[in-house]
Amino acid sequence: MLIYLPIAEMSVDALVVLAMGGVVGFLSGLFGVGGGFLMTPLLIFLGVPPAVSVGTQANQLVAASVSGVLAHWRRGNVDVKMGVVMLIGGLVGTTVGVWIFGLLQRLGQIDVAISLSYVFFLGVIGSLMLAESSRALIRGRRPTASRGKLHHHIWLHGLPLKMRFHRSKLYISALLPAGIGAVGGMLVAIMGIGGGFLLVPAMIYLLNMPTALVAGTSLFQIIFTTAVATVLQAATNQTVDVMLALLLLVGGVIGAQFGTKAGGYLRGEQARALLGLLVVIVAARLAWDLVATPPDLFSISGGGGGG
Amino acid sequence: MRGGRKALPLAALGALFGGALAVAVTFALSARAQQLVADLSSHLIAITTGFSGTEVVLFGSTDGQGDVAVVVTGPRSNVRVRRKDRIAGIWINRESVLFEQVPSYYVVATNRRLESLAPESVLERHQIGTAHLRLDTSDLVGPLALGDFREALIRNKQRAGQYGLTHGQVTFLGERLFRTNIYFPANVPTGLYNVEVFLIRGGEVVSAQTTPLVVSKVGFSAEVFDFARSQPLTYGVVAVFGAIAAGWLAGAMFRRV
Repeated sequence: MLIYLPIAEMSVDALVVLAMGGVVGFLSGLFGVGGGFLMTPLLIFLGVPPAVSVGTQANQLVAASVSGVLAHWRRGNVDVKMGVVMLIGGLVGTTVGVWIFGLLQRLGQIDVAISLSYVFFLGVIGSLMLAESSRALIRGRRPTASRGKLHHHIWLHGLPLKMRFHRSKLYISALLPAGIGAVGGMLVAIMGIGGGFLLVPAMIYLLNMPTALVAGTSLFQIIFTTAVATVLQAATNQTVDVMLALLLLVGGVIGAQFGTKAGGYLRGEQARALLGLLVVIVAARLAWDLVATPPDLFSISGGGGGG
Repeated sequence: MRGGRKALPLAALGALFGGALAVAVTFALSARAQQLVADLSSHLIAITTGFSGTEVVLFGSTDGQGDVAVVVTGPRSNVRVRRKDRIAGIWINRESVLFEQVPSYYVVATNRRLESLAPESVLERHQIGTAHLRLDTSDLVGPLALGDFREALIRNKQRAGQYGLTHGQVTFLGERLFRTNIYFPANVPTGLYNVEVFLIRGGEVVSAQTTPLVVSKVGFSAEVFDFARSQPLTYGVVAVFGAIAAGWLAGAMFRRV
């Protein structure tokens, strides 16, 4: 069933897009991540222009994180104060990111910039995740979710503007969560991902936040950064395709339900190891595309003229 | 981009007048001879939500033996062609050339092989065939490199299905009646098209006719597109609220499952 995407200006098979949304939704439900890092490369692979993939993905993530955060909210697993501080950084990061995106688009370097940031972030995070979880697997049974020492001081904790976060039982510099939020916001704008795979480990290892609160709080923050990214992408680059977002959303929501159920059968470090492997594979694939000789060295784009 | 869209109605009007004028001139010239008459089965291609490409039939008649070439040209815009170079092992866009007023769509159909219809100079003059398409640039590039960029533009357009030589063949029914099917793929650019029909005899164009054709989004997809272009900020806000509502709905729906 072909359906015409008004902003991407192409037709796609609706069932293929629904299935893609379903598979990515399943994985995101399974591992508890947004899945944007899988969806954007898949969309580009399908022939959707990279700029439209990123802009649309931001829109889709708004819906995905709203439905995700509801479940955490009911269990009281959202630290709103922490979320708001991260959000302030996130908004700055998103604005800067959308601006950089537009600049790179005009320079004709957006494709390579998207690929490079994917390879870098996915490669680093994926390898770390893989290494950490395989160590945990080898060590065998250990009490899970050990939070470590309460006062694990590194230089980052010496920053000014200290703030008390009652829900997370933390007394840390506000610059730290704001900075993490800013990096996350930038990723939303440039890579079309929620940045959960970066925020979650950063919140656990840099902020020492209780693990139970991390997923809900990062999702809470991601709703707003993706919402701002959507509005900014639509306003400055006109790259948000609501039709495509809707298709992805429907598939994603259904897939996520099954994924969450399947996730119950996985142990924490097993899930992390699998996710790490997946992330590394995506990064390797994208790295290969950057290095391999392209079939056609030339590419065309509308240079200021409408397409 | 926006300028182009604003200028469209005016251009459309102009082209319609031009087309009408061309038809009128053709009719006036051929009042005695009626050398060439042609028309399309439809003058509007409507891109709806289910659009997956379509075909338009062009039919016509000549006043006797001769060859027919049909050239379909889409709305023109600037196109930038970029060449990748390897830097530190990574392929990155380096050099680029901006071609001006490039047809977004260009298809030629003939009843015989193009080269056997007319000499190069004639094809060149009427821009029949991708090899004879005039592509101008004001960038300073050597002639050798320019040739590469030019070929690359045509190659990329062909790959996208927007340039072609053998998309449809002109077939003669008897000696005078001819027809051809012009195929428009799903990614057909929107705007005003020109369909030129040339009657060629003894290697010379003896008659020509131009017919306008409009490709336009209609219905829901047109509204979405216009909304996104005319009020981008509002469009973004609406997209966000739609997503919030959808996410909320999904969350509430599956809570009970």
